[in-house]
Amino acid sequence: MFAYYMELALRSLKRNPVLTALMVLAIGLGIGASMTMITVLHVMTNDPLPERSAHLYTPHLDPLPLDYTHGGNGPDPADNLTWPDAMSLLRAHRGVRQAAMAGGTLLALPVQSGLQALYAAGRYTTADFFALFGVPFEYGAGWSAEDDAAGAHVVVLSDELARKLFGRADVVGRTARLGELDYRVVGVVSRWDPAPQFYADSTGSQFSDIDTFFLPLSVAVNEDLPVSGNESGWSDDEKAGSSKRGAAMSWLQFWVQLDTPAQVADYRRYLVNYSAQQKALGRFQRPPTEAALFGLMDWLAHRNLVPNDVHLQLWLALGFLFVCMVNIVALLLAKFLRRSGEISVRRALGARRRDIFVQLGVESALIGVAGGTLGLAIAQLGLWSVRHRPDDYARIAQMDPSMLAGTFVLAVLASVLAGLLPAWRACRVAPALQLKAS
Amino acid sequence: MELRPILSTLRRHKTTAWLLILEIALTCAIVCNAVFMINHRLQHMQMSTGIDEHALVQIQVAEVAPLPDIYARAREDLAVIRQVPGVQAATLVNQVPLGASSSNANIMLEPTQRQPTLNAGTYFGVDLGPTMGLRLLAGRYLRPEEVLDSDVVLKALADGDTKVIAPVTVITQAMAQRLWPGGEALGKMVYLGPIGVRVVGVIEQLARANAYDDATAQYSMILPMFMGAGKDQSYLIRTHPQDRHAVLKAAVAALKKADPRRVVTTQRTYDEVREKFFENDRSMAGILVGAIAALLIVTALGIVGLASFWVAQRRRTIGVRRALGATRRNILVYFQTENFLLATIGIALGMVLAYGINLFLMMHYELPRLPAVYFPVGAIALWLIGQVAVLGPALRAAAVPPVVATRSV
Repeated sequence: MFAYYMELALRSLKRNPVLTALMVLAIGLGIGASMTMITVLHVMTNDPLPERSAHLYTPHLDPLPLDYTHGGNGPDPADNLTWPDAMSLLRAHRGVRQAAMAGGTLLALPVQSGLQALYAAGRYTTADFFALFGVPFEYGAGWSAEDDAAGAHVVVLSDELARKLFGRADVVGRTARLGELDYRVVGVVSRWDPAPQFYADSTGSQFSDIDTFFLPLSVAVNEDLPVSGNESGWSDDEKAGSSKRGAAMSWLQFWVQLDTPAQVADYRRYLVNYSAQQKALGRFQRPPTEAALFGLMDWLAHRNLVPNDVHLQLWLALGFLFVCMVNIVALLLAKFLRRSGEISVRRALGARRRDIFVQLGVESALIGVAGGTLGLAIAQLGLWSVRHRPDDYARIAQMDPSMLAGTFVLAVLASVLAGLLPAWRACRVAPALQLKAS
Repeated sequence: MELRPILSTLRRHKTTAWLLILEIALTCAIVCNAVFMINHRLQHMQMSTGIDEHALVQIQVAEVAPLPDIYARAREDLAVIRQVPGVQAATLVNQVPLGASSSNANIMLEPTQRQPTLNAGTYFGVDLGPTMGLRLLAGRYLRPEEVLDSDVVLKALADGDTKVIAPVTVITQAMAQRLWPGGEALGKMVYLGPIGVRVVGVIEQLARANAYDDATAQYSMILPMFMGAGKDQSYLIRTHPQDRHAVLKAAVAALKKADPRRVVTTQRTYDEVREKFFENDRSMAGILVGAIAALLIVTALGIVGLASFWVAQRRRTIGVRRALGATRRNILVYFQTENFLLATIGIALGMVLAYGINLFLMMHYELPRLPAVYFPVGAIALWLIGQVAVLGPALRAAAVPPVVATRSV
């Protein structure tokens, strides 16, 4: 029966090629635009570290004075930690692993003379960083806690930066010049670029930044290396409010690995206790319950990385899809009703309403399949154009298999849905009336 | 034109007619809002910076090794640049308007104030006014002897020895208006934290580097401090607009010649600065234009499709009417009126919907209220599109010969 309906549908579609093309084009455009934007939203809210995200948490304290009000549209200083707090959390060692970190951009000098120096973005962090996030090493390894304590001038390079500086990746033991200092290379990591860069400060380009070097945080503090994130001070005292070691300047990010719910609960308690203790000491002024522990995905949701323009574009695309759907419903309805005569003959010959309904449904679905295929192509084109846009998230605008299947399902669903009303109306045509009229 | 026959025909195709009306309404509502958003973006992109944009080029330089004296180096570099043929003026500045990377300060009217009155972009440099081509409205620019090296200023502030520094500033008119509405700004004091500075000049405009918000885009002030060479500082060169590419190239070459080891990290005309700053707005405006075009085309094609159906369906009726004496013109006008009627109902619904969409956008995306002038835009667009789309099928209907009436279907 199905094969017969297919044949009928094909014949009917071929009878009005222009109209068929119009409907396929409309659904293709609508689906293409919507899927482009849904894909962009999907990749922007993606889990950057699927294997580890469930166990990664970032603690937050509120060291701001009571009378501090967050003015303007700048980032909240309480998003980051101060040096004394980060070091206390690190020393307390309450998680399975933990690391403090901050971003930095340094001028890197290639060893071969004649090559242009280049700006390299990287991270100042502590020894556990690599194990905490599972950064894959190609050569060598990270540095030790002793290196952190001693402020050793060691560096881990990305494969990409190693090749740019030395012309090859196997460079453990060699000396790299970054900024105004020399560092001994202890490790080289292969490409590792979680998008969004969840562990970075909120002021960076979360989707396009990639770390190309890692060096001990203690070195950055000792040598006062430039920090690329937000450094917010809230004290008139020069020492506390604008030096890296200051107790009134936040600039560090902190991540901790907690494997069981009990560990998470313990850590929460520890943060509140720590805040209470700091309040008792007179350093903190706000209630200790302001201390919070965010899971990775909660933290990304809290940060709301998706720009308003992307939301607007998604609404626009969905609005467009809806207009296309209404268009198709109207066209299908007109088309099916025009075939009242044919339908009446079939009904008079014994076809039940259900049969007519299924027959017309198959025709709608066929348009959906064609429209979906076209929509997929248009969405690919749309994503290609997104990748060539100046936006931060351009790089990651790619369709994964689940989105591909989703597009197709949406297209067929949309057109079957669009075909429902017309098919229902058409199958309710009273055969006697029609037959008499013709 | 008699409306009754049209209405009675439409009543027999109620569902289809309502679907078409719904489509027109949706398109009208989206088009109204999209045109408004495009205009909003375009207006933002037209933001005036107050500087002589076409005459300026920007160069940023980074050093590989620490410099013994960043101030001496900056003065040498400026001397080198001024030697380049075609350079009219050159200066060192800590930020450029619309340059994205910004330096700002909280401004207060009293030193004891807990909450700042406003936040302003802070420009540091010598001779910024003449080099950038600013327009002085009152008072004077900072004098070169007032502009001290930043380490001297910072040391004096740290020691509390404020006698050596000249606490003066030049502010924009917008900032003066905001601080002292309707009043005179010259001679008044503003405070950057505990530091008081006296307003000695008011300039017409100077956009800040992070001018994302139109309301505060012109809050800028010039402070007497010379920053010295550094990777975040910019050499700003003024030249004749038609020479700027050549001058930029020559200046970069001269700087590289003075010290081959350093890296030129930025070299661009000011027009490129502006272009980069508004890149996202331009691309969003482009997307909106595309969306409007796609919506109107889909709606037009929908109207064509539906009208063609109706014409084919009513061939016999049309033939009868023709046989009974209706002219071709009558038939044409009939279909045109029918479309006009549907479009009008759609547009009326669309207006309400447009208002609703705007309310939603205002709530969630900080968009301003849709001005009433945008409602006719959507209406006219859809009336026109409707009439153009229906013309083809209507002409086909008008061409139906009266003899059709005598044939059976």
